[in-house]
Amino acid sequence: MDFILAALDYLLGIPPLGWGVQVGLIYKALLLLVSLLVFTAFILLADRKIWAAVQLRRGPNVVGPFGLLQSFADLIKFALKEPVIPGGADKILFLLAPLLTATLALTGWVVVPVGPGMAIADINLGILYLLAISSLGVYGVIIGGWASNSKYPFLGSLRAAAQMVSYEVSIGLVIITVLLCVGSLNLSDIIMAQKEMGLANMIGLPQLTFLNWFWLPLFPMFVIFYISALAETNRPPFDLAEGESELVAGFMTEYSATPYMLFMLGEYISILLMCAMTTVLFLGGWTSPIDLPPFTWIPGVVWFFIKVSMVFFMFAMAKAIVPRYRYDQLMRIGWKLFLPLSLLMVVIVAFVLQLTGWGWHGGMA
Amino acid sequence: MTLPLFFFYVFSAIAVAAALMVISAKNPIHAVLFLILVFFNASGLFMLAGAEFLALMLIVVYVGAVMVLFLFVVMMLDVDFASLRQGFLQYAPIGVIVGAVLLLELLMVAGSFVVSPEVTAAAVLPLGGVDNIRAIGQVLYTRYVFLFLGAAAVLLVAMIGAIVLTLQHKSNVKRQDPVKQVGRRPSETLEIVKVKSGQGL
Repeated sequence: MDFILAALDYLLGIPPLGWGVQVGLIYKALLLLVSLLVFTAFILLADRKIWAAVQLRRGPNVVGPFGLLQSFADLIKFALKEPVIPGGADKILFLLAPLLTATLALTGWVVVPVGPGMAIADINLGILYLLAISSLGVYGVIIGGWASNSKYPFLGSLRAAAQMVSYEVSIGLVIITVLLCVGSLNLSDIIMAQKEMGLANMIGLPQLTFLNWFWLPLFPMFVIFYISALAETNRPPFDLAEGESELVAGFMTEYSATPYMLFMLGEYISILLMCAMTTVLFLGGWTSPIDLPPFTWIPGVVWFFIKVSMVFFMFAMAKAIVPRYRYDQLMRIGWKLFLPLSLLMVVIVAFVLQLTGWGWHGGMA
Repeated sequence: MTLPLFFFYVFSAIAVAAALMVISAKNPIHAVLFLILVFFNASGLFMLAGAEFLALMLIVVYVGAVMVLFLFVVMMLDVDFASLRQGFLQYAPIGVIVGAVLLLELLMVAGSFVVSPEVTAAAVLPLGGVDNIRAIGQVLYTRYVFLFLGAAAVLLVAMIGAIVLTLQHKSNVKRQDPVKQVGRRPSETLEIVKVKSGQGL
């Protein structure tokens, strides 16, 4: 029975009660889950508002002040409608696909350090874990498209499969360049490395932390990562998996009500996860941009939130401004442009690090 | 019973059950999905054994890439398993022989752990407080560098082979050149003409 007690303690323990050594895992996970879902609700609204603003429309503005409660109204609507399952569909897989998408998207957030020491699981191979989880996101799309037993969803899922696997490669290589500079796969280490070394330290102004972050020395990789992240999450201009002009709604055509909502939720949470990954890898995570009093008073979580929102703004602007890509051009960029470019950058970065001795050496910088 | 042991039984039980489903599932897609489940649980077992790098690589490479392509192919091929099972008994003897050899080998490996403990001691590498990925990096590019290069060469040859087999140059097909398409300027292709009303061009 020892292990059950140990497990309970690990999951539910609270320090004031003198029962465990740390705040129980369940409370942290619940806090993260709830704040993530609320954040997603507003991010969804922001996406629609930004899109509308670019097109000189008002966007959702009826439910609540400025339409702030629109996402919650949508949630209630989705939850109350009847989920329609097509007659020829593989029922279990049809319902499993949206669940898989939403669960996997949420699972990735476990390792993200949203503030100093605030990751639920601060594991050694954090970034590899994130890569693994994001590479699994494609299954929800494939299974959903296949289980619908219909032409357009299937075509959409085939497109998604090829697209997401292709861009996985360049994302992996971008991550490798960052890892070469840091020398660790731990996400907190990656943030600390950006805090403690970099261009700002080299020019003798260590207070200008934002010059330290990897977006500046690794700028080409930053751009590649941003575009690959758009493609990996099936965001416009790369949303060919659900291109409504050709495929009705792609893999989501047959979905309605709660399963559809889960797809939508999973998609937006994985977009946020990609934003968080960009923040951690290139924008210094929770560190403040300038290491001087008015900025350092703001807690790290807030900085993280601000940065993720900014990256998401860039995602939303890309959706509003750039027209949808042709599929062959999408594959061409992935394989013929990004792959050689990022491979070349891995070699160059490794050479430079080896020759100059730059890079993070566990806080000594 | 400790917590890791409990998880070991959970992972292995699901893995074995899913592996059975892989060979007994009627629908090939279901079989592939069950295979993915097996990989997942194998990754969990690796994690329990302290090989977290291997566990995550299993997910990234096999589940995230190889199985996706596998699923892709199985979906496209429309395999009729009923007709495949027609000559099943014909191949049964070979299958039994291969299975028996595998079982024997597994028993020998498992038996060696019990019979001579020094074999187990030799199998465990002294990591010396270094984390997983660092330990692999230290031996992969030093002690095993030639094996590593050999594996890379094999993969390269396989890749070139696959490309050569599938690449076709058809001369009678009009191909698109994205560079040319993107590089087009309005001045080269557009002409603005003032047309007087009632006259036409």
